[in-house]
Amino acid sequence: MTIIATQALTKTYGGGVTALSDLTVDVDAGVIGLVGANGAGKSTFIKIMLGLLAPSSGEVRVFGLDPVTETDKVRARVGYMPENDCLPPDVSASEFVTHVGRLSGLPKTAARERASEALRHVGLYEERYRQIGGYSTGMKQRVKLAQALVHDPDLLLLDEPTNGLDPAGRDAMLTLVHRIGTEFGISVVVCSHLLGEVERICDSLIAIEAGRLLRADRISSMTTASDVLAVEVSEGTDELASALRALGFIVTPDGRQLLVPLESETAYDRILRAVADLDLPLHRLDQRRHRVAELFTAKETADV
Amino acid sequence: MSDAGVIHDIGYQRYDGPRLGRAAVLGALYQHGLRATFGLGRSAKSKIFPWGVAAIVLLVAVINAAVRSQTGTWLFDYYAFADSMSWLVIFFVAIVAPELVSRDLRSGVLPLYFSRPLRAADYVIAKVAALATAVWLLLGVPQFIMFLGGAFTTKTGMRGVWHEVGLLLPGWAYSVLWAFIFTSISLLIASLTGKRAFAAGGIVAVFLMTAPVVGVLSVLPSHTANDLAGLASPMSLISGVEAWLRGRNDLGINVGDFGVIYGIEAFCLITACLLLLLARYRKVASL
Repeated sequence: MTIIATQALTKTYGGGVTALSDLTVDVDAGVIGLVGANGAGKSTFIKIMLGLLAPSSGEVRVFGLDPVTETDKVRARVGYMPENDCLPPDVSASEFVTHVGRLSGLPKTAARERASEALRHVGLYEERYRQIGGYSTGMKQRVKLAQALVHDPDLLLLDEPTNGLDPAGRDAMLTLVHRIGTEFGISVVVCSHLLGEVERICDSLIAIEAGRLLRADRISSMTTASDVLAVEVSEGTDELASALRALGFIVTPDGRQLLVPLESETAYDRILRAVADLDLPLHRLDQRRHRVAELFTAKETADV
Repeated sequence: MSDAGVIHDIGYQRYDGPRLGRAAVLGALYQHGLRATFGLGRSAKSKIFPWGVAAIVLLVAVINAAVRSQTGTWLFDYYAFADSMSWLVIFFVAIVAPELVSRDLRSGVLPLYFSRPLRAADYVIAKVAALATAVWLLLGVPQFIMFLGGAFTTKTGMRGVWHEVGLLLPGWAYSVLWAFIFTSISLLIASLTGKRAFAAGGIVAVFLMTAPVVGVLSVLPSHTANDLAGLASPMSLISGVEAWLRGRNDLGINVGDFGVIYGIEAFCLITACLLLLLARYRKVASL
């Protein structure tokens, strides 16, 4: 199901700055990564989808609705988590999320119930009765996520949800986002300038650069047939490399590891047998995907 | 997983209840704002000031009603009460207007508001209505207490009560005028900065620092300048409107033949402030 569709979408700001140029993309439901460097047009794209900015030309449809003319209908189904700090310090998370729930059109009691539900889902329990000013950055990010969830949207737009978090906090946030996308049945657009971070949790990826579409596709199709097995042995690395080459594999040494592309079903077993035949102490056997980043930067060479 | 004491996650529940429209959202924001003006739902600290001011004006009204019932003469009538209390209201709006709008600017919460069905105009209407209601309550409730005092001690029965109602209603209308002049000016100033202290200072300055200008103009040797002096400050402007509408020149302000100018300026000032406020939020909302 297509949830976001754009047709030659262009946004030019007053000073002649082009934020988006001729963007045409169809996005299916699921977890979607929107990647690009700072200033690539990610935030502009989000604001256009929310009806906060009108496109200069071209069309955009969210759930088949035009955000410019049917703003309320779109916003009722979309939750937005901005990049910047946006929480008042002197109220409790539970009061605040209830308040924004009411501003989304929920009746009073429903807003209160949904607020505690949303806070529970993002992992805030007793803390939610404390004032937000005393929260850690990680907890604040969770409150920001909860306020986007409170009116039960069908689509979440998250602008840099891992901003300012430590590695553990990043992982927790990404896991949460992935859970929302898979278990809650809510589609999520995750904006990030870190490709490696979103590729783990996304079903599909949109990459933009300077307002232009670089590539939009499902992650699975970007990485098919490019799985690589990383083999590391404590000793006899060269021996193994020549043995594998003799078996017809293309072996690339990478530091202490050997990278071997898995081009057939039986390749994994054959590599393993080669290691066993040489009786080498196996240290690591790691099946991994090509980083999506490689597909963007050096697609031609990666295909070799 | 099945340890005792583990709260079982029943999973995510979709919401399929009613979703209310923009009118209800505006109502919710108005209610939230009105509660905030009196510090309800906020810390104890933020209740002190509004309730302190409320206590003073109520006390004055009670004393006024008591004196009248004993001696038969007013300390203040309904208009004079609003005029005198307006000096206290300056400090009330200087604290409360930044609480309503500067706080939202400071915490950056507006993108969350404006990504919901709410529009800039709705936000402005809700905040103006909330502060205007608060200021009106601050003047209107004590006026009502004065009315009760007068109505219960009247010696002419129902006719006396109706006479009192006839005095109260224009008094309330006058308080509405005060409420709008305070609300429009103070919200406009507060919407320009996220720092509450600056906003409070700016509001007090506009209302108080303009008073000396009126003083200087009113002692100039020109008769016209004296009559127009009150236009320079919002405080004397409203008194001037009263003097014009009631045809009085014993209110400490002389408007001469220029009464209608006071009326026009009051109207234009309120309208201009509200339009500027709307323009300000149109800009903020699109960020």
